[in-house]
Amino acid sequence: MARDYSMTGPDARRAVASGLVTEKWYRTPIDRKVMKALMKRSDQPATRDTVLLFGLMALFAGGAIAVMPSWWALPLWLAYGVLYGSAMDSRWHECGHGTAFKTRWKNSALYQIASFCMIRDPYCWKYSHARHHSDTIIVGRDPEVAIMRPVMVLKMLANLVGLLDFVDGIKRMGIHASGRMLPDEQDYVAPVFHPKTVRTSRIWLGIYAVTVAAALVFQSWVPLLLIGLPRLFGCWHMVLTGWLQHGGLADNVLDHRLNCRTVYMNPVSRFIYWNMNYHVEHHMFPLVPFSKLPELHRACAWDFPAPNASIRDGYAEMLPALWRQRTDPDFHLRRPLPETANPYHDGPAAQAA
Amino acid sequence: MADWVDAIATTDVDAEDVIRFDHGSRTFVIVRDHEDNYYCTDGMCTHEDVHLEDGLVVEATIECPKHSSIFDCASGEVETPPACENLCTYPVKVEGGRVFVEI
Ligand code: FES
Repeated sequence: MARDYSMTGPDARRAVASGLVTEKWYRTPIDRKVMKALMKRSDQPATRDTVLLFGLMALFAGGAIAVMPSWWALPLWLAYGVLYGSAMDSRWHECGHGTAFKTRWKNSALYQIASFCMIRDPYCWKYSHARHHSDTIIVGRDPEVAIMRPVMVLKMLANLVGLLDFVDGIKRMGIHASGRMLPDEQDYVAPVFHPKTVRTSRIWLGIYAVTVAAALVFQSWVPLLLIGLPRLFGCWHMVLTGWLQHGGLADNVLDHRLNCRTVYMNPVSRFIYWNMNYHVEHHMFPLVPFSKLPELHRACAWDFPAPNASIRDGYAEMLPALWRQRTDPDFHLRRPLPETANPYHDGPAAQAA
Repeated sequence: MADWVDAIATTDVDAEDVIRFDHGSRTFVIVRDHEDNYYCTDGMCTHEDVHLEDGLVVEATIECPKHSSIFDCASGEVETPPACENLCTYPVKVEGGRVFVEI
């Protein structure tokens, strides 16, 4: 069946009419005391990782500038780019949930910096991500579906270097700076925040204008390599890990075990991605901080499909499904549950079928 | 007219935690803070139809389990988006190991 992913189209109305817009999502039962311990906040893990992140960014960028124009600058810029264009995505995400730090101002400060790096308005994306959690991969409701069906390979490849997202981010920033909001944003962003979005976009435009001016005045790429361009050449890690979150799995269901994927990853990717490889766990219990997700994963294992063993294993499962979804958009993977698990909760779409 | 309703025993909820309390067709949460003060607010978040019984209590605030809006339990004031509306709060008194709510 064809799908219309816009927030104002026929699928949006169909989702409401069919009962897919609901709070009745499946949740694995977990003892309240255990959950309370898992939700407990602490500043330490995020402070450690943030010092490391900014320290490495300074080191890579400083090293690259020092050795320019030698080719040795290239790997250093690439490493800086991944931290800017990918690690900042996961910081934006975790701080948006308010779960990174115990101290609220620290969450807000990192959220603002990461939002700027990712060219995502802090308020619009707060609401867009809230909707992503309310209506995960519900067509016409979820504004953050990374892989739409039928799958378009060229579109996916373009986003590997951030082309579509970058252009979209710049376009939205320009529209906001002119004092307007886009129709989809009017659907999910509380009007009280519209003036803040306009103000933010004007400040950001100013920063970009100064950056471009500095590049022109000094006849140097350095200002642009520090600010802006890494969103393009450094986002590949975010995109590759992000596709695994929901790619090839079901849409229009009310059970995160059916539409999210947990993948074991190497420590470097987990640092960049801030443990979002535990994605079923995160969607089911979004108040659990990134540092506690491995523990939550162990507590839920009896009720979840087996995780993928590695990024490579995740791709081996996902890519054939995506290839088939080019021509068969209704196809999706359905992974077996362990014998101990509660049955899948497909929701009204399956009941109607 | 509002009545004092015997809601829960003080020991039904741990320190810095929350418990659901239903009365008639209405639903509430009772929060016990870190200093053993008790509060009662509406049970449902003002952003979407999500019950706060699974929320996170930190001191005298409660955080919605869905999108993390934080509410002050004493005043009901919303402190962080996406919720924009305050929660209704209800007077509470503790007598003889029981928590009473004026509803
Ligand atoms: S439902 Fe409570 S913040 Fe969204």
